[in-house]
Amino acid sequence: MTSVTLYALSGMVVVAVCVYGLVSYPHLIRKILAINVMGSGIFLVFLSFSRRVPGENPDPVPHAMVLTGIVVAVCATAFALALARRVHEVTRSSYLPEEQDPPEEAG
Amino acid sequence: MTGSAIVVPIMLPLLAATLTFFFRRGAITMSLLTAAGTIAAVVVLSLEVMDQGPLSYTIGGWDAPLGIELYADGLAAVMLLMSAFVGTAITVYAAGYFSGKPAVARHFWPLWMFAWSSLNVIFLSADIFNLYVGLELMGISAVALLTLEGERDALTAGMRYLLVSLLGSLAYLLGVALLYGTFGVLAVQEIGEQMFPSPATWTALALVTAGMALKTALFPLHFWLPPAHSSAPSPVSALLSALVVKGSFYLLLRLWFDVFPEAVTPAAGQLLGILGAAAIVWGSILALVQRRLKLLVAYSTVAQIGYLFILFALLTPEAWSGGVYHALSHAFAKAAMFMAAGTLMHALGNDDLDTLDGSSERFPLSVYAFGLAGITLMGLPFSGGFTAKWLLLSAALETGQWWYVTVVLFGGLLAAGYLLRALAHLLTPTPTVKVQHEPARGTEATALILACVALLLGLVSAPILELLQVGAPLGSMIP
Repeated sequence: MTSVTLYALSGMVVVAVCVYGLVSYPHLIRKILAINVMGSGIFLVFLSFSRRVPGENPDPVPHAMVLTGIVVAVCATAFALALARRVHEVTRSSYLPEEQDPPEEAG
Repeated sequence: MTGSAIVVPIMLPLLAATLTFFFRRGAITMSLLTAAGTIAAVVVLSLEVMDQGPLSYTIGGWDAPLGIELYADGLAAVMLLMSAFVGTAITVYAAGYFSGKPAVARHFWPLWMFAWSSLNVIFLSADIFNLYVGLELMGISAVALLTLEGERDALTAGMRYLLVSLLGSLAYLLGVALLYGTFGVLAVQEIGEQMFPSPATWTALALVTAGMALKTALFPLHFWLPPAHSSAPSPVSALLSALVVKGSFYLLLRLWFDVFPEAVTPAAGQLLGILGAAAIVWGSILALVQRRLKLLVAYSTVAQIGYLFILFALLTPEAWSGGVYHALSHAFAKAAMFMAAGTLMHALGNDDLDTLDGSSERFPLSVYAFGLAGITLMGLPFSGGFTAKWLLLSAALETGQWWYVTVVLFGGLLAAGYLLRALAHLLTPTPTVKVQHEPARGTEATALILACVALLLGLVSAPILELLQVGAPLGSMIP
C-alpha cells in the first residue's frame, strides 16, 4: 500500500466516523463538530492526492482547494454555532425537537 | 458585449449584496435595479447562446486550473432565465411583504442578493470545485433567509436544514476529491471526456448523487423540506421551493450527463426514477392530509420534485427536455402559489385551512393566482406543466416503460385532489372573514403575473425548447 492510498483511506475513515457521529448523537454541538471534523477528513483526502505522481513536485491545486474549503468550513461552522445558540435561547434545549417531524418520518 | 454578459448575472447581485448591506436606505431601489440588469444580461446571453452555440469565458484571462471558467449552454441559459424572472418577482413581492418590518428587511436584502448570485454561479460554473463553492454559499444564505424572523419553528427547521445541507455539500466535496485524484483536472468537460468506470469513479458518482438527492429533497431524503419551506417568511418559501432546490437538481443533471455518462449504469438511473415515482405518490398523499396551506404547498413540492428524477430512468432527449421544462414551469407556479398563500396567511393571521374559508371574497386576486398556478401543477392543457408532462409521457411510451405513464397520470390526479381541497376552502362563502392586515401593494399582482407566466409557458414552449437543445447532452429532440 502506497502512502497516498494510506492517507486517502485514513481521510475516508475520518469521514465515515463523522457521518456516524452526525446521525447518532442528538446534541447539536456534537452534530456541528461532526460536520466540522468531516470537512477535515475530506481535506486529508484532497491533500493525499497532491503526491499523486511519485517523484514529481507536489501538485499545488489541492492546497488551493483545501484553503478555500477551510474558509468555507470556518464560515459554515460559525454560522451553525450562532444558529444553535439562537435555537437554545428560544427553545431552551440543545436538541432538535424530533416530535416536529411528521410521525411517519420520526426516527 | 460578447462574452462579458456572462459575468453580469453573478457580479451584479454580488455587488448589490455588498451595497445593500452597507446602505439600507436604498436597498429596495438597488435590488430592483439589480433585477432589471440581471434580466437584461440573461436575455442577451440567451440570444447569444441561441445564435452562436455554447459560450465559455475565462474570468480575468486566467486559464484553468488557477482561473475560474464560466460556461453557458442552452440548459444554463434556460435556468438563468428562470432565476432572473422568478427572482425579479420575488424581489417585487418582498419589497411589499417586508414593508412593515424594517428590522427583518435590513438583513433580507443582502442575503437574498447573495443567494441569487450563488444560484447563478452554480448555473454558470464549468469546474466542479467552483460548483462546490456556489453550492455551499447558496445553502448558507438560504438557511439564514429562512431563520430571518427568528420564530421557533423556523429556527429548528433551519437548524435541521443547515445540517442536512452541509452534509450534502460535503458528500459532494468528497466526490470532487475522488474525481480530482483520478483525473487530475477539475473542468466538467475534461473529466467527462476522460471518464471511465472504476471503483473510484463509482464511489464519486454515489457520493455526488446521494449528496444532491439530499439537498434536492428526493424521497426518502425529503424529511427536512416541508418544515423548512412552510415555516419560512413567504418570499423566502417561494425562493426556496422555486429556485434553491433547482440549484442542486441542476448540479446533479450537469454531472450525470456531462461528467459521469461513461460511468453511470441503467440500474442507477432506474433507481433515481423509482425514487422519483415514489416521491410523486408519497408527497401527494401527504399533501392531501395537511391542515395548513403552506405545509400542503410544501408537500406538493416534494411530489413535484419526483417528476424531475423520472428523466434519469427514461434517458431520451424528450425526457431530458421534459424534466428541465418541468423544473422551469414548477419554479413559476410554485413561487406564485407560495406568494398567494403567504398573502392570505398574512392577511388572515394564520394558514389553517379552516381560517382561510371564504378568502376568495376579500382576496380574489390571490385565490385566482393560486388556482392558475394549480393548473400548471396538475398539468392541465395548455399549461407549462402540460408540455413538460407530455414530453415525459411520450418518452416513457417510446422506451416502453409504461409504469412511468401510470405514475405521471396518477400524480396529476392526486395533485388535482390536494389543490381542489385547498381551493374548496378558499372558495367556501363565509360571513365571518376577519382581515387582520391588508395585503401590501403589489404582492397580489406579482403572484398573479407569475401564475399567468407558468400557464403561458405551455403556449410559447417552442423557442424555450429550441434554446434548451443548444449543447444538449443526449442530442437534440428537434429533428
